[in-house]
Amino acid sequence: MELSGGQILIQSLKDEGVEFIFGYPGGAVLHLYDALFQQEGLKHILVRHEQGATHAADGYARATGKPGVVLVTSGPGATNAVTGIATAYLDSIPMVIISGQVPSPVIGSDAFQEVDMVGITRPCVKHNFLVKDVTKLAETIKKAFYVATTGRPGPVVVDVPKDITDPAIKVPYKYPKKITMRSYNPSVTGHKGQIKKAVELLLAAQKPVIYSGGGVVLGEASGQLTEFSQLLGYPITNTLMGLGAYPATDKQFIGMLGMHGTYEANMAMHESDVIIAIGARFDDRVTGKLADFCPYAKIIHIDIDPASISKTVKVDIPIVGEVKAVLEHMLELIKESKARPHKKALEAWWKQIDQWRSVKCLEYDRDSALIKPQYVIEQLYEVTKGQAYVTSDVGQHQMWAAQYYLFDKPRHWINSGGLGTMGFGLPAAIGVKLAFPEADVACVTGEASIQMCIQELSTALQYKTPVKIINLNNRYMGMVRQWQEFTYESRYSHSYMDTIPEFVKLAEAYGHVGIRIDKPEEVRPALEQAFAMKDRTVFLDIMTDRTENVYPMIEAGKGHHDMKLRVALGTPTDRELA
Amino acid sequence: MRHIISILIENESGALSRVAGLFSARGYNIESLTVAATEDPSLSRMTLVTRGNENIIEQITKQLNKLIDVVKLIDLVDTSHIERELMMLKVRTTEQTRAEIRSLVEIFRGQIIDVTPTTYVIEMTGPSEKLDAFVAATNPDSIIEVVRSGATGISRGEVGLHL
Ligand SMILES: Cc1cc2nc3c(=O)[nH]c(=O)nc-3n(C[C@H](O)[C@H](O)[C@H](O)COP(=O)(O)OP(=O)(O)OC[C@H]3O[C@@H](n4cnc5c(N)ncnc54)[C@H](O)[C@@H]3O)c2cc1C
Ligand SMILES: Cc1ncc(C[n+]2csc(CCOP(=O)(O)OP(=O)(O)O)c2C)c(N)n1
Ligand SMILES: [Mg+2]
Repeated sequence: MELSGGQILIQSLKDEGVEFIFGYPGGAVLHLYDALFQQEGLKHILVRHEQGATHAADGYARATGKPGVVLVTSGPGATNAVTGIATAYLDSIPMVIISGQVPSPVIGSDAFQEVDMVGITRPCVKHNFLVKDVTKLAETIKKAFYVATTGRPGPVVVDVPKDITDPAIKVPYKYPKKITMRSYNPSVTGHKGQIKKAVELLLAAQKPVIYSGGGVVLGEASGQLTEFSQLLGYPITNTLMGLGAYPATDKQFIGMLGMHGTYEANMAMHESDVIIAIGARFDDRVTGKLADFCPYAKIIHIDIDPASISKTVKVDIPIVGEVKAVLEHMLELIKESKARPHKKALEAWWKQIDQWRSVKCLEYDRDSALIKPQYVIEQLYEVTKGQAYVTSDVGQHQMWAAQYYLFDKPRHWINSGGLGTMGFGLPAAIGVKLAFPEADVACVTGEASIQMCIQELSTALQYKTPVKIINLNNRYMGMVRQWQEFTYESRYSHSYMDTIPEFVKLAEAYGHVGIRIDKPEEVRPALEQAFAMKDRTVFLDIMTDRTENVYPMIEAGKGHHDMKLRVALGTPTDRELA
Repeated sequence: MRHIISILIENESGALSRVAGLFSARGYNIESLTVAATEDPSLSRMTLVTRGNENIIEQITKQLNKLIDVVKLIDLVDTSHIERELMMLKVRTTEQTRAEIRSLVEIFRGQIIDVTPTTYVIEMTGPSEKLDAFVAATNPDSIIEVVRSGATGISRGEVGLHL
């Protein structure tokens, strides 16, 4: 079969099993768009801004586990995509981004809409390619998907000069079934000896904690993690990225850990004698002050990426491998072993944990006359029966969603953790809804974040992706304001906007339903109404208590045992803001 | 401590910038970096000299290995190895200093490879330390320019960095 480069690219994507491309046209990709026009099967989602394309593809990838695919033009199209590429990179999300490039002969001449995309994205991609020869195009696409989806996943950019897609030049096409790269062989199974040592250490533990992260979601090992935790009966905490990998409603779950983690999770980490980190990377929002991190614990770490191991925290038993394979191996060894978890010690440990739990660190003022953001999330959880896909933006609302929506299944909590990209939530929700049209999809956002990719409301209408936008409108960049309250004596420097759009009208202008909610008693009915409108995108603009803070909080530079708790502060609602 | 990391990397355009970019992005220092194709034109061999404590060197080697284009690497300092660097040094000469310079070059087993009425170009190879010593022994006022290749190295015996 002889095809042009444009056709090859499209056909390669089809042969790869791609369903959706999120993109935006321009000069350098016109040949490609023409090839796209003349085919069926591959669905193109026209976004309103290239950042939206990357986040939508990312949301699709996080919800499905399949790689997200993006198509943008050279120059400004490519640079607009960079934030979304970096977002995917920091959370290890598989994506393939195809960027147009100026024709090969003029590369390097500051041609119209030329930027060095390979150079610009180098530090925020797993890998990137510049296609120099149309006969290598199919193979390069295959490599891009292979690299993006194996090992530690990540975004891969393929920069395609315009002449490569020239319809006049046809070459034989064959999409490789398999590819091997001599320079890239991610390991799968862990080192047997290390796994054995780890199991021995685990079974000898008196105050163990299982600390699991995004790697369990990415590695589809939620089932193994659950079996492993329940076989041992140990307390388990998840990172922000790991939520849902272990059912949050189970009694062994002690909540999220880290900066806004629960009191019990952070205290358990601090007091533990053995920690097993599973697909988690000891991020600074998790560890707090490194010198105070888990002072009494021996640490086991399972990670596919050797570079994640002992990067910030030196571990005692490193295991490089896929979580799924390693956990399966560990399960076998535990079942074979004569040793059993230390019953007495474990009882005492759980008793201690229950004591920490009794602090009820997530309690808030339920009698307030103002709408408490936590209450909104609890109601969202109830109305959606805990089954929704929840995307979020970045800020306080993100933390409340993480704390109060109890995720029992992986891939349902979709947020930007590593880069913390405001603007992520809405396009991500669209990507999720495309993948799962029957599911409830909610985007929990704030009045500042939502404005960063608000234009995607238009995309939501065009492609009929009825998502529900839960705007926790506190008239503040709440997360920034909170830091300013705690560390800058409430000098609220530029953490609010003097003008906030009327979101109801805005939603209506985009062809959607907008509802404004001012009183606590309106929250539940409005949520019910919104989710009952199956085929409409609904924007719930909810006026929340603007003084509310996220608790618990470990402030920068402090350790796990040094948490700021709500109870220690009286009722924060009564505080007057300066 | 000083480490000499020898890398086999796909001979692709941009491979060098991936390595250099990694070092600047992560704040590792590069003392020197040499690169050229090997007997297999699809592979380049890079030699990178860096300094850092054990943890930093461990991260450096892991991060380098993580680059998709990197096929293999070794830290030569972990094995018995030979290190060589090429230096060319141009000095200003006078009637009075020539003999002295010639004898110094001889002691260091260098060669004078270009002569003009007022200059010598001296070529010298050896471990970087030896070249440092030669530069230190040369009258600084006479030095016009110093060109060094950066260190390269190879392990002794049967071990080697190959596919
Ligand atoms: C406002 C804000 C507040 C935050 N507060 C918190 C907080 O309180 N608590 C918190 O936890 N986070 C918080 N975060 C998120 C934080 O910044 C990090 O993104 C997060 O902690 C990282 O999660 P993780 O360790 O699970 O790693 P991820 O980024 O999910 O990385 C996954 C790890 O697993 C490995 N891996 C991937 N696939 C596999 C596989 N198949 N097998 C084995 N290993 C694999 C990867 O190599 C990597 O090391 C916050 C973020 C924001 C924006
Ligand atoms: C693109 C981007 N710019 C700036 C920030 C820094 N930042 C983090 S949270 C936040 C405020 C978010 O405000 P809002 O969306 O209203 O959420 P709230 O905290 O009020 O719930 C800002 C500015 C960021 N994370 N991303
Ligand atoms: Mg806000």
